[in-house]
Amino acid sequence: MTDLTRLTAAALADAFAAREVSAVEATQAHLDRIAAVDSDVHAFLHVDVDGALATARAVDDARAGGTAVHPLAGVPIAVKDLLATNGLPTTCGSKILQGWIPPYDATVVARLKVAGLPILGKTNMDEFAMGSSTEHSAYGPTRNPWDLGRIPGGSGGGSAAAVAAYETPLAVGTDTGGSIRQPGAVTGTVGVKPTYGGVSRYGLVALASSLDQAGPVTRTVLDAALLHQLIGGHDPLDSTSIDSPVPAVVEATRRADVSGMRIGVIAELGGEGYQPGVRARFDDVVALLSKAGADVVEVSCPSFDYALAAYYLILPSEASSNLAKFDAMRYGLRVAPDGVEVPSAEEVMSASRAAGFGDEVKRRIILGTYALSSGYYDAYYGSAQKVRTLIARDFDAAFEEVDVLVSPTAPTTAFRFGDKLDDPLAMYLNDIATIPANLAGVPGLSVPSGLADEDGLPVGVQLLAPALAEDRLYNVAAAIEAMLAEQWGGPLLAQAPELEVRT
Amino acid sequence: MSGSNAEISRDDVAHLANLARIDLTEDELERLAPQLSVILESVATVAQVAANDIPPMSHAVPLSNVFRPDEVRPSLTPEQALAAAPQVDQQRFAVPRILGEEA
Repeated sequence: MTDLTRLTAAALADAFAAREVSAVEATQAHLDRIAAVDSDVHAFLHVDVDGALATARAVDDARAGGTAVHPLAGVPIAVKDLLATNGLPTTCGSKILQGWIPPYDATVVARLKVAGLPILGKTNMDEFAMGSSTEHSAYGPTRNPWDLGRIPGGSGGGSAAAVAAYETPLAVGTDTGGSIRQPGAVTGTVGVKPTYGGVSRYGLVALASSLDQAGPVTRTVLDAALLHQLIGGHDPLDSTSIDSPVPAVVEATRRADVSGMRIGVIAELGGEGYQPGVRARFDDVVALLSKAGADVVEVSCPSFDYALAAYYLILPSEASSNLAKFDAMRYGLRVAPDGVEVPSAEEVMSASRAAGFGDEVKRRIILGTYALSSGYYDAYYGSAQKVRTLIARDFDAAFEEVDVLVSPTAPTTAFRFGDKLDDPLAMYLNDIATIPANLAGVPGLSVPSGLADEDGLPVGVQLLAPALAEDRLYNVAAAIEAMLAEQWGGPLLAQAPELEVRT
Repeated sequence: MSGSNAEISRDDVAHLANLARIDLTEDELERLAPQLSVILESVATVAQVAANDIPPMSHAVPLSNVFRPDEVRPSLTPEQALAAAPQVDQQRFAVPRILGEEA
């Protein structure tokens, strides 16, 4: 019998429709896989065996009874632990939310439930999505399935690793500065950050409200498009949600044709500071695109040189404000300060936040508090907002010339645990290529581009398009995926080492 | 706080931590001060290009006055809202003393 965990979501959906496989069989296969490999990978913070199987049974009953169900009904999915799930723990990788069970669903989660996708569990992440390696999770890091001694990227390393390790065909991530795309690149998987406002933020625990977006984490471009179609679209519960239809991403994926398209290589992303193997695989993809009939030109976005600096002012500023809600009063950890007989609410709040937040969260809250202080506001936060305007203008000018922009997704392949933990700036550099899209609100997608010669680890290429032009991303990504699969004789993940199966 | 350069002292961090309501240990204060100075020096480059005539951008997709119809919708029950509270008293969140009075 076929190993159901190796099938894509699209293939599982076909198998369900043909009555060859049941949703319960598919869900059980993935739960078994999680039990067999997740003690090593640690992609999951919580697994919901009973809930996932109950959903699968309901879907099988509906299909058997002739009820029309969503094509993806019964396809298992994992959800980043940043999205509120009614009845399931939601910790954001933080001790301050240990044991918190939300009384409501994020809109994205509600849509998965309505469509009948069994939710396997919640995936690991850097605490409150602050990080690029999952080493900042309070519950221990996730390990990269390609090499268990290396990071899976972050903040959404759990979702990417779960997909790469065949623990789930689909996962939901969130991307504030690259947290879907960079893990995708370093685990050899596909990750998409939709247009800001394209997917509802209702029920996402906010990191930086003007940058956060939820999106698909998958093994193939088509699976990402199918999930995008399901979770995208207007939500009245999110006042920043865009009231227009989801771009025709599935159709675009099936097109997979770049002939005549204008594609711009971003001059500022890809030179110094990028690993040779990352650059080599990027050059390969650019050559393939030319060969397939695309018109490839170099485009300059000079303000991108300041994107990282602007981001690390805007993000901590918004985060310091958003995380003020963890005050130990209504939910979350409450800790009494030592040696105070009748502590005040403020003393309890300060002690609780000291005990509940990890190093990186404290660092960024303090930084944001500084940047928003009177006397510093204009020089730091105000200037960063102006840089944001310049970056948006660079994108506008570039998209006058080309349909899609390309760059490497991340400057390096997966690094070893501990390599960058004591050097915050070095860690921040992981996001150098992904941040501009968040600042301008445009969509981005990372698709595998091969293995670096020097270390044999996965590399990703990033595609960027104007707001609400996701169809272009999916079209080009599907073309790249098909051309490379032909070269390799299969998907990149087929070259990953087999994980040890523990019973 | 120290002047125009981005140097942040241990006392600056202590002041910021107080504003942010996070008790930091001596160790954390000592460690954070130099780290934050390095980060701030790096991010201060934004000032180099932020000319006066450039408007600030706060949001990628500016929308204003997003309203919904003023109608009653289902919401959390008191039990649901209080379910995760550290302490509850008579259907209310019980909190430590707010003012300086004796308990």
